[in-house]
Amino acid sequence: MATLNLTKTDFDQKTKTGVALVDFWAEWCGPCKMAGPVIDELATEYSGKMVVGKVDVDHEQELAGKYGVMSIPTVILFKDGVEVGRQVGFAGKQGYLDLLKKVMQ
Amino acid sequence: MNDKKNYDVIIIGSGPAGLTAGIYTARANLKTLCIAGNIWGGQLMQTTLVENFPGFPDGIQGPDLMMNMRKQAEKMGVEFVDKNVEKVDVSKLTVGQYSARAIIVATGAEFKWLGLPSEQKLIGRGVSACATCDAAFFKDNKVVVVGGGDAAMEEALYLTKFVSSLIIVHRRDTFRASKIMQDRVLNNPKIKILFNTEVKEIFGEDKVTGVQLMTTNDNRMTTYDCSGVFVAIGHTPATKIFEGQIKLDAKGYALKEQETKGIFIAGDVHDHKYRQAITAAGYGCEAALDAERYLSENR
Repeated sequence: MATLNLTKTDFDQKTKTGVALVDFWAEWCGPCKMAGPVIDELATEYSGKMVVGKVDVDHEQELAGKYGVMSIPTVILFKDGVEVGRQVGFAGKQGYLDLLKKVMQ
Repeated sequence: MNDKKNYDVIIIGSGPAGLTAGIYTARANLKTLCIAGNIWGGQLMQTTLVENFPGFPDGIQGPDLMMNMRKQAEKMGVEFVDKNVEKVDVSKLTVGQYSARAIIVATGAEFKWLGLPSEQKLIGRGVSACATCDAAFFKDNKVVVVGGGDAAMEEALYLTKFVSSLIIVHRRDTFRASKIMQDRVLNNPKIKILFNTEVKEIFGEDKVTGVQLMTTNDNRMTTYDCSGVFVAIGHTPATKIFEGQIKLDAKGYALKEQETKGIFIAGDVHDHKYRQAITAAGYGCEAALDAERYLSENR
């Protein structure tokens, strides 16, 4: 499954059950351009096991504010709608895999 | 004999030095592996418009420049591994599970933080290393930029498009930045400059609320309310994995002349003087040509 583009209207519904990995990003951010393809890879590799989404902070300032995102890329890991971890700044694929270890075997 | 995967050349690092080296060695028909790091591309991935790399009359975005260089290297046949190097044995010319007949060290330099516990706690919550990434979160707020080089000037100028006001805090009495960048900063009405000043503490629990400043000449303490702190105090050479294996200078920069045969050095890991994308690319080319010659003479 591809990375879902999340907005404030569907964010809660899409992330409220199971595991969700959400990338807060914007067009104008260099490191976000590195993170994007890695997040897409994870979306394919973990298809059916978790929701992988992205939030464009330019259009979704409310969501960025709600989750205290003040630096991008920030990737937040949710379990049943509750934040269980976050990675600020591009961490490479390994960094995101390490984050996932918190909820996956 | 040896169960490692063999290459002619292994390049460690994927900034302008590493990628340029790769373009040259692969084009010379040398089987080349670039170990690019978890976060590939080097310092330029954190920049915006690069105006001084020849060939781009309207400038080019730093990340785009690096993506182009990587594409070019891939097209020439360089193989990439996007992982950090954990173990290197210089005397045996091995890097983890790979071995080579020559290694080009192009690990560059790592971002330097202030080193305050409060800073670590607040990274991503007002403390930032990337104005172009995060400036928009500080619209109509007050921020502090720390540093005195071109990077600090660039961060400050970019931030002025968003913030209400900002101060640049610099521990020396003059900037190290280029004249053109200094002039742009000095002529910007939104920017105030505090020379001879250091950040001693960053205040805030969930987000930055201010900083404590101290003058370096008479230790006077003041506080300043702000919601963001952008750090741009430079870089340190990324040579930790080579300690005890290659020759370093007192500050940890790799020396160009190495005793071990087959080791070549390129870019900011060695160069603390010029530190430009174009000089790094030039050093990458130089190292690649040296490696080529060495390999043809030592079959």
